[in-house]
Amino acid sequence: MSSAAKITMNGVKKAFGSNHVLRGIDLSVATGSSLVVIGGSGTGKSVLLKCILGIISPDSGQILIDGKPIKRRDEFLSHFGMLFQGGALFDSLPVWHNVAFRLRQGRAKLSKADAQALAIEKLRRVGLKPEVAFLHPAELSGGMQKRVGLARAIASNPDVIFFDEPTTGLDPIMAGVINELIREIVSEIGATTITITHDMSSVRAIADNVAMIHAGKVRWHGPVDGIDTSDDPYLDQFINGRAEGPIESVR
Amino acid sequence: MQAVFFISEALASIGRTTLALLTSIGRLVIFAGLAVSHSVRTPFYPRELMTQLLKIGYFSLPVVGLTTLFTGGALALQIYAGGARFNAESVVPSIVAIGMVRELGPVLAGLMVAGRVGASIAAEIGTMKVTEQIDALTTLSTNPMKYLVVPRILAATIAMPLLVLIGNIIGILGGFLVGIFRLDFNSSAYITNTVDFLETGDVTSGLIKAAVFGFIVALMGTYSGFNSGRGAQGVGQATTNAVVSASVLILASNYLLTELLFPA
Repeated sequence: MSSAAKITMNGVKKAFGSNHVLRGIDLSVATGSSLVVIGGSGTGKSVLLKCILGIISPDSGQILIDGKPIKRRDEFLSHFGMLFQGGALFDSLPVWHNVAFRLRQGRAKLSKADAQALAIEKLRRVGLKPEVAFLHPAELSGGMQKRVGLARAIASNPDVIFFDEPTTGLDPIMAGVINELIREIVSEIGATTITITHDMSSVRAIADNVAMIHAGKVRWHGPVDGIDTSDDPYLDQFINGRAEGPIESVR
Repeated sequence: MQAVFFISEALASIGRTTLALLTSIGRLVIFAGLAVSHSVRTPFYPRELMTQLLKIGYFSLPVVGLTTLFTGGALALQIYAGGARFNAESVVPSIVAIGMVRELGPVLAGLMVAGRVGASIAAEIGTMKVTEQIDALTTLSTNPMKYLVVPRILAATIAMPLLVLIGNIIGILGGFLVGIFRLDFNSSAYITNTVDFLETGDVTSGLIKAAVFGFIVALMGTYSGFNSGRGAQGVGQATTNAVVSASVLILASNYLLTELLFPA
């Protein structure tokens, strides 16, 4: 693993009206490493990812990729994959077309036969049978949809992958399978990843490093081994799921 | 003191509403401008365009055909009844043809397509927004404006004149059938009166209107879908907005186009 930073965020701020979601995020992710971002609901974790992707423009601050500001978003996105919380599969397209969607675009697009073959290979990698390739997303269970989403995220062997709550809505066994797949596949292709999750089993399975966001800032950042020995009361309350503590909870 | 408070509150409310309206109009104009500019820049998605032509054009044929068929028939009866008051029953074929081709064909087809296609576009894109499919398109290096909006707007603008052309023929046929079987017109005289009286300008003006209405329907459908709120309620509201706004804009632009194409 290289220690050079793949993604760096300096003082990233974002407000929606009077709601200051991000109040100055400073964070970096080393190339080939896996950062898991944790924090309560509504603390701006998804907004942070969308700022990096350019779907939302930050009000101030800087986001660097390989030490440089992003000039051409298309260039960055061409080496990028993302697994969305709900899968975000395209309902109107069969599974194989969802998986190979990016590879069917642009001048160097694959032929239909090659795209199907590649999609079937990626589906096999995430534990799905070739027959699934010709079904539509609505015909799949939640766990299968997550796997297809994962196959789509890795279809072009990206340098950077984001996982937005990859185990939400899955039973513990399927969540374990997805965590294992993420860990294996990311190691195989050597990608840099950022994962958002509330699931502590995912944190322990996926993370090299953990960052906790609270009140729009990075409250704690360190290696995953350190989360249990940290003396930060906010992190301690969060990872142990206690109602009492410095993080206000609504009852 | 209380009167001053109520007046200032009322003025503030009017101000807020005006600002919100102007903001919405501004956003819609920017959205339309972006859609038009993207429609002439690569990449293009011809497969998406063909799919939308099929959905918007071909699958709207039954509803447009039935609407114009019955309207043509009713129009023949009305003109006959009205014309009988001053012995002008013979104008039925020509007035049915002009009424259908200039006004009723484009407007009724526009309203029916607004209901069928505008609602469907808004619901589809609204659901895609709510389920993060539009964000997913962006992360897959695909511009949602080019992939979702441009094919729908182009398809509706191309398909509507064709739909209206067919609808006009069916509407005139409706009038013809009522004229022959109900009002005892001579069939060859009915056809001669229809063909002789119609001018090219009558037909082309209707087709120009149809293209504008198609653009409006797809624009309001895609715009409402892209600005849909969260959840089922948000998508439902977006669908309603698409149909209502497209219908009102069709009727308003119909008046303006009629003024423009047929100045008094």
